[in-house]
Order: sequence, then structure tokens, then C-alpha cells
Amino acid sequence: MSIREDIKNKRIYLDGSMGTMLQNMGLTPGELPERWNITHSDAIVNIHKSYYDAGSNVVCTNTFGANILSYDKEELKEIISAAVSNAKKARELSQETGNKYIALDVGPMGKLLKPYGDFEFEKAIEVFAETIRIGVACGVDLILIETMNDSYEIKAAVLAAKENSDLPIFASNAYSEDGKLMTGASPAAMATMLEGLGVDAIGANCSLGPNQLIGVVTELIEYSSVPVFAKPNAGLPINEGGVTRFGVMADEFAQQMIEMAETGASILGGCCGTNPEYIEKTVAATANIPLPPHREKKRTVVSSYTHCVEIGNQPVLIGERINPTGKKRFKQALTDGDIDYILNEGLSQQEKGVDILDVNVGLPGIDEASILENTVYELQAIIDLPLQIDTADINAMEKALRIYNGKAMINSLSGKEESMRAVFPLVKKYGGVVVALTLDESGIPETAEGRIAIAEKILDTAKEYGVSEKDIVFDTLCMSVSADAKAPEATLKALREIRFEKGINTILGVSNISFGLPQREVVNSAFFALALENGLSAAIINPYSTEMLKVYYSFMLLHNMDKNCEKYIEFAQTLPLQTKATTTEVIKAEDLKEENINSALQNAIIKGLKEQAAVICEKMLESAEPLEVVNGEIVPALDIVGKGFENKTVYLPQLLMSAEAAKRAFEKVKEKIISSGNTQEKKSKFVIATVQGDIHDIGKNIVKVLLENYGFDVTDLGKDVSPEKICETVVSENAPLCGLSALMTTTVPAMEETIKQLKIKAPKCKVVVGGAVLNADYAKRIGADKYAKDAMETVRYAEQFNNE
Amino acid sequence: MIYTEFFELPSYDKGEILRYSGAKKQDMSLDGIVDECIAECNGKFKGRVCYGEFPVRIKDNVIDLSFVEVESSALAKNLKGCESVVVFAATIGIDIDRIIQKYSRIDLSKAVFMQAIGAERIEALCDAFCDKLKAEKSEKGLFLRPRFSAGYGDLSIELQRDIMRALDCGRKIGVTLNESLLMSPSKSVTAIVGISSKHCTPEFGCASCENKDCSFRKEKL
Repeated sequence: MSIREDIKNKRIYLDGSMGTMLQNMGLTPGELPERWNITHSDAIVNIHKSYYDAGSNVVCTNTFGANILSYDKEELKEIISAAVSNAKKARELSQETGNKYIALDVGPMGKLLKPYGDFEFEKAIEVFAETIRIGVACGVDLILIETMNDSYEIKAAVLAAKENSDLPIFASNAYSEDGKLMTGASPAAMATMLEGLGVDAIGANCSLGPNQLIGVVTELIEYSSVPVFAKPNAGLPINEGGVTRFGVMADEFAQQMIEMAETGASILGGCCGTNPEYIEKTVAATANIPLPPHREKKRTVVSSYTHCVEIGNQPVLIGERINPTGKKRFKQALTDGDIDYILNEGLSQQEKGVDILDVNVGLPGIDEASILENTVYELQAIIDLPLQIDTADINAMEKALRIYNGKAMINSLSGKEESMRAVFPLVKKYGGVVVALTLDESGIPETAEGRIAIAEKILDTAKEYGVSEKDIVFDTLCMSVSADAKAPEATLKALREIRFEKGINTILGVSNISFGLPQREVVNSAFFALALENGLSAAIINPYSTEMLKVYYSFMLLHNMDKNCEKYIEFAQTLPLQTKATTTEVIKAEDLKEENINSALQNAIIKGLKEQAAVICEKMLESAEPLEVVNGEIVPALDIVGKGFENKTVYLPQLLMSAEAAKRAFEKVKEKIISSGNTQEKKSKFVIATVQGDIHDIGKNIVKVLLENYGFDVTDLGKDVSPEKICETVVSENAPLCGLSALMTTTVPAMEETIKQLKIKAPKCKVVVGGAVLNADYAKRIGADKYAKDAMETVRYAEQFNNE
Repeated sequence: MIYTEFFELPSYDKGEILRYSGAKKQDMSLDGIVDECIAECNGKFKGRVCYGEFPVRIKDNVIDLSFVEVESSALAKNLKGCESVVVFAATIGIDIDRIIQKYSRIDLSKAVFMQAIGAERIEALCDAFCDKLKAEKSEKGLFLRPRFSAGYGDLSIELQRDIMRALDCGRKIGVTLNESLLMSPSKSVTAIVGISSKHCTPEFGCASCENKDCSFRKEKL
């Protein structure tokens, strides 16, 4: 009998708390509980046995914090093997007759992953893998990953489990009082990602009592097709007249667990504050509640690290703009490694209201795999929309899916054998909703019937790989009407059949329809309306196209998908587009009154008016040379503000607002230069980084923006950068200037080490340092050439260097 | 026993936000952008605190916090005459880090204000927690010392590791330490609050700090 079968057929009980029991037995705060497996082996055996005796079918080994971050390899092995053998002993000793399983308990690492912590995702997988390999070798029956309060970390743990064993995986998160993970994920998002990753059961544990957790469990059940488990706390600890106890006592706990069982949680247990009595009473109270009928939820859902997007109810918009095809400026950004440009493209599409972002960075001559991986990493650091990984490069696809924090949309596979063989295993391993193109080795069928036949073939193959049909959306391929007048009808007919007859979701890249025609938006928007009416579930569109949005919002309105017409009205109010300055643009230049401000662009920059600066600059560039504008307007304006800052008449926020306005003006200059086929003249190369171990980079970013304003060729290596990487870049870029920042006393040694290495490998490079803990003396002591107290001082130093 | 508490944060203090941003406190011209930033943050952050009370013994400059011994003359001075300490960790969560990160890629002036808002929020949370603690303790005739954090004066930042472990911060409120002893989420604070039966007001806040030319130093003390 295996637990995989059991969870389908009967109610399964997990154990209760280990930690609280140990604390009651004298474990002190800060002491490592896993060592008790060896030092207090009998006590641990006893706890496990009493849980089995109370009716637990599964006990979790005392290995919550057993990982290579807390123990060295040898000790880790000893601890885990002792932990498993304690559980085995308890299983033998217990007289209970039910099935008794042992779960390897895997808790969080106590480290936050990048980008908000300093821990690498792959390193996290390795940490979990180490524990899991040892546990599996010791002979556990399943792996129970629990108390994870970050979706990225639980993904790492599940991947480690999948890659190192075939055992069943139970995966559980700790939700906060707001019903979300500490890092923001909703239960729906977690259910979506975890089911995509192929776990056997999805759960919620710790943090709250059963009553407060019921909402979370309900949401998990709504989205999950695998069994859901609940392992709540005995409430929160409370202090009653100097005596501490958990808020929910055993009887009350059992009562509350009845509702949990009736809601549909089929696996029950307890966490902090519970003991065998809680389990025994829960078993007694819930044993006769019938199991919920197994329900396959046919929901097509993708997720980000905060929320999920369901395809199939309302039409879903997928923004297509992160794609270099036909965009000179985007190509330039890719070649320059200008990730900020791509991020901005993502953010502006989000503002336009798209649900999902398509991400395509395919360009001949670039390393697509690493650039796609990095782009996904950077996008998901600041944008919470689910992403659609769009690539034909399988290696790039795998890397991106692996690092993606959620369940991604995958674009795409086709009916070609080779394509299905490559992509389906990735869908199976990492989860995902895959766009399936209805074409195969013989090309695109002209008829709807031909395309439907391919769709059927794809569905059959998916089954062989264990990919559910809910995780497929069919693209019935939109072809140019100017090349074939019958093309639109074939596309629409196939769409209709697949969506309404087969009940499977559909997707189209709508704008292909008008290829080769003038005024394409006219045709695109009309076809979009037709496609929506014929069953289009998701559309890949240009969200900057007002015509497309008009169709979308009207469609929603006319199909009763827009309560009180709210969305439509909100959209309508943005028409016609207003170019009015936003409220950010505060006019303020009292301190600069005496200065001779004679141009509108200078004025806009000095006042920090971003939109105006961009508009005026664009206008000026119609008649003036880029260099004229830069040297005659932008640089003088920056100088005025910079001097004001140095004389303390202008403060940091105003300096930055001006810098941002100048940046927007520069962006226009750059566009002009690129479109005219020229290259930009730049000053010296300047490599900049926040040193290893330091993750605070606002100061460094300020310096970067100002340096760029002043025309330096800045290579920004980001934060937490190793001395080796900095040296390597300085050497390969042959940069004469390098800027380093450190915020903490604990990271200054990393700065010192970086300078030491730089002095050996690039002795000519001048090193400027800055940061909260530094001063001129300290900087000198660690070998820096220059200490800059603020961003302007760095600029002045670089200018001086450049002039020499 | 370690307790966890959730706090609704008080309303924003624009003066403090401007001070943390490096602007002049009474700079009205920045009202627009500050209001916009506050509006974006409003309702997004929740205060979470975990804490425990521990007996304390001080001998010379060695303080036994019962989960660790630490040497510091500044902390010894702060805790002189205390019978116990409340050690707490507080955070406003990861959302502010995401917001700061976003703006540091697209609009640095906003990033600076968001950073300032985060600083103001976490301080407000610490104040709210200490106010509550003060009220509880005063019912029993006990008084609080000003909160004291690892890294103040000669108190080693290394103490962070012990505090994290003793309070089980990762599990209770999602706060973790990186290799450089920085906390994630970044807007998090740990501190030690002395509890004593005698009223005593040593210098605290900016006045007790030796860094006299700090740009964030409060002007009026």
C-alpha cells in the first residue's frame, strides 16, 4: 500500500507539533532541535509513537531545520539518519493497525532568495537536495515540505525533491493573518504553481488556528485537483495572567477541524501548540466525515509570485511588446544589455491593463538562453504579472521556466513531433500552460478541419506525457487576409470548434491578420472583435493600441463581464489620451531664480518635469542636432541643478527629479541617434557595482543615473557583486574608472578585497568609493583612489578624470 | 515563549518622510510627489512583530540575555538595573522592497521617497509596539528603557544571528538574515528593550549617538 493510493481513498491524518513538545521538554530558545534526534533519541521516539497511537498515519521526522546551512555534511547525515530511525522505531512500537508512514520533514532554510535576499535560487535547490538525498537513502515514505512562507523557496524545495527521488511530495505553506504568504502569494497562486510542479498534495500549515485558516484552505481546494491538507496551529500563543498557552485547546481544535474536513480538506494534522491529544480528538471528530469526491478542476490557470490569472472566463490580454522584432530601439537595448529599457516596456504594458506579459528576447547573435533567463529574473523582481515565456530555443525555455517564480505561460509548441518531444517534458516538469500552434511537419492546413485534426494529435500526445488538456491553449493561427481571402474564416471556424465543441481554451496573435495592409489597426480591431465572439480566450496584442482596447472593453461590457460598467467607464475616461503633466511635476525653482534660464527644456529639467522634458526635447530634435541639444540645453541645466546641490540650495529629491527629467530627454536623443544610424559619442567607461554581500543599491543607482546624464559609458553590475566579477568587467571593458558602494560595516571587507584585486589586475583603473559607513580616511585605508561623499562628487571626479 | 502580534500602522508622518528623504522638512514643493508615493503605499503594509521576554544579568560589561552573552558597555549602561528585557523583531514586509526596487529602475526620485516611507513606517511600527508594551508594563509598575539595537554603539551586529534564532524570526514574521547580517525584508528592525522597576531616562535616539554629523540627525532634541 502506498500513501499515493491512500490519499485518494481515505482520510489521512498527519501528526501534530514536534517543536512545542520539545520546548516543553526543555529545548531552549535558539537551541538546534534536530540534535535531539541523537542526544534525546528516546524522547523523539516517544513523541512519534504517541502520534501514531493517537491516530496519525504520517509522522514527520524531526528534521525541520536539518540542512547544510545549519550543520556540516557529516553531522547532517548523522542527524537525518537518526531522525528517520527514531521514526521507524516508533512505527514498530506503536500498536495502531492503520497504515503508518514516515515523512521526511523539510522546513525553510531561513534565507530569503534573490533578488530581495542574497541567496541564489540554484543554491537553494542544492541545499534542499542535500537533505532530501540523505532522507531518501534512509528510507522515508514521502517528503513533506512545510511552513514555507515564500513561493520561490517552496519551488526550489519541490524541484529538489523531484530531481532526487520519486517519492510522493506534500507541499505546504505558512500563510499570514491576511491569508497570503509573507512574500505576497495568494493560496490560489500557490495551488496553481504547486500543482503545476506535480506535487501529490497541497497544504497550509502553521501560523494560525483552524478557524483563521479555513479561508486559505477553501481557496486551495477551489484551485487544486490534488488533495488538500491542513495542519494548523493551536491558535497563537497568549499570555494569561503570566502563564503562556496556545489559544485553542484540544477539544475546540477538534471541533474546528470538523469544518475543515467538511470544507474538503482530506488530510488533517496539527502544527505549533498541538500535541497527541489534539490529533486523537481530531481523529475522533472527523473520522466519519465522508471524503470529498475527487474533482478534477478543469481550470486553465497561470500564476506569478502573487496572484493567478485564469484563462477561460473573461478574455485575457497578453502584452506583446517585449519583443525585438521590427524594433530598432529594442534591439539596441538587447545588444547593450539595457535591461531598464525592457523593464519599462513591461511596466507600461502593465499600466495599460494587460494580464500577462509575453517575453521574447530572440535576436541573432545573442546568447538567448542567458538573456531570457536574466530578463525573466529582472521582470519578476518588479512586476507581479504572470509571464509568457516566448522562445523557440528549448534551452532558453528550460532556463526561463526553471527560474520563473510561478506557473508560466509557454509560447509555444506545434504539432511537429520534434517540437512536442522537446516541450511537453518541460511542461510536465516545471508546470505551465502551453500555447499549441495548429501546424505540423506539413505546414499550416488551409482548412479549419486540418487545424482541428492537428489539435487532436497534440492532445493525444500531451496525454502520453501526462500533460493535462487544461494546460493547453490552442492557437488556430492568424494569417494575413491580404495573402488569402479565406484565411480569416478558417481561423475563426477552428477557434469556434476548439473552444465551444472541445471546451479547450484558445489564443491568437491577432495583428498578423492585417499584414501587408495600410491602416492595420482598423482591420486588427475588427478581427479582434470577431475572434472574441468566436471563442478567443486569450489575445496577444499591442496594449498601446487604443483601437484594440476599445474592442476589448466594449466586448466585456456587452457580454455582462463588466459589473456596473466600471471597467468601461474607467477606460473611457482615458480617451482621448491626455498628455497633461502628472501631479508629480511640481514646479519649484525658487533657489534657482537668479540663474539665467532661457530655454523651455532647461526649465523643464531644472524643475524636474519628466513628461515636459521628453516632449520639448523631441520637438527640439526636429530642427536641432542631437549634440546641440545635449551640450546647449541638457548639460547646462544639469550643471545648474548640480551646483545648487553642492551649495545646498537644492536637496537630493530635487536633484533626482531633474536627473530623471534629463534621462527622459536623453532617451529622445538616443532614439534620434539610433534611427539616424549613428552611434552615440560617450565619455570614459565607468564600471559601477554594490559590493558582495550588500543588497542596498539606491545610492549606487543615483550615481549611475547622474553619470549617464553626464554622458559616461556606465556598466552597472548591480548589487551583491563578487570582486572577481568586478575585476573581470573592468578588464574586459578596459574601464579607467570603477565605482564601488557599501552600506554596512560588514560589507566593507568585500570592498577592500575588490580594491585589492583591482589594483593587481587593473592597476590603472581609478577606484571611487562611497556609502553610508565610509569616510575619506577609511576609504584611503582600504586603498581607494577617491572617496565621494555623494553622487555629484563622483560626477565631478569622473569629469575631472575625463578632461585630463 | 515567543509571541507574534500584528499591528495596523498609524497614519503617515510627512515631516519624517521628508527628513529621511534628505529634503528639508518644511519643503512644501515636494508635497505632490510625497502624497503620490503615500497614496501608492497606502494600506499595503502590515506590521508584524515577534517578541519574547528574557531574564537579564549584567556583570561588568557582559550582558547575559539568557539566550546569549554579549559584551557592550553601551548596552550595559542602557540596561543598568533591569531585571528583564523584551527582545523583539518587527517588519513591515517585503512589499516596500518591491516598490523601492521598481522605482529604482524607473524613477529614482520616487525610489528615494519610497525608501523614506519605508524608514518612517518601520519606525512607526516599533513605536507602536513599544507604546503598547509600555502600557502593559506600567500596569505592573514597570518601566521601559529606550530600545537598543545590534550595531548601536559598541553592540556587535553579530548579535543579530542570536536574536534571529531565539525569536525564530523566519517562521514567525518572515524576517531572515543574509551573510552580511542585513535583514530581509529590508524594512525590519530588531531591538532590546530593558524592563525595570525603577524609572530612569538615559539619553536615547539621536542624542545618544556618537555620529554627530549624520545627515539624518534630528535638529531639535
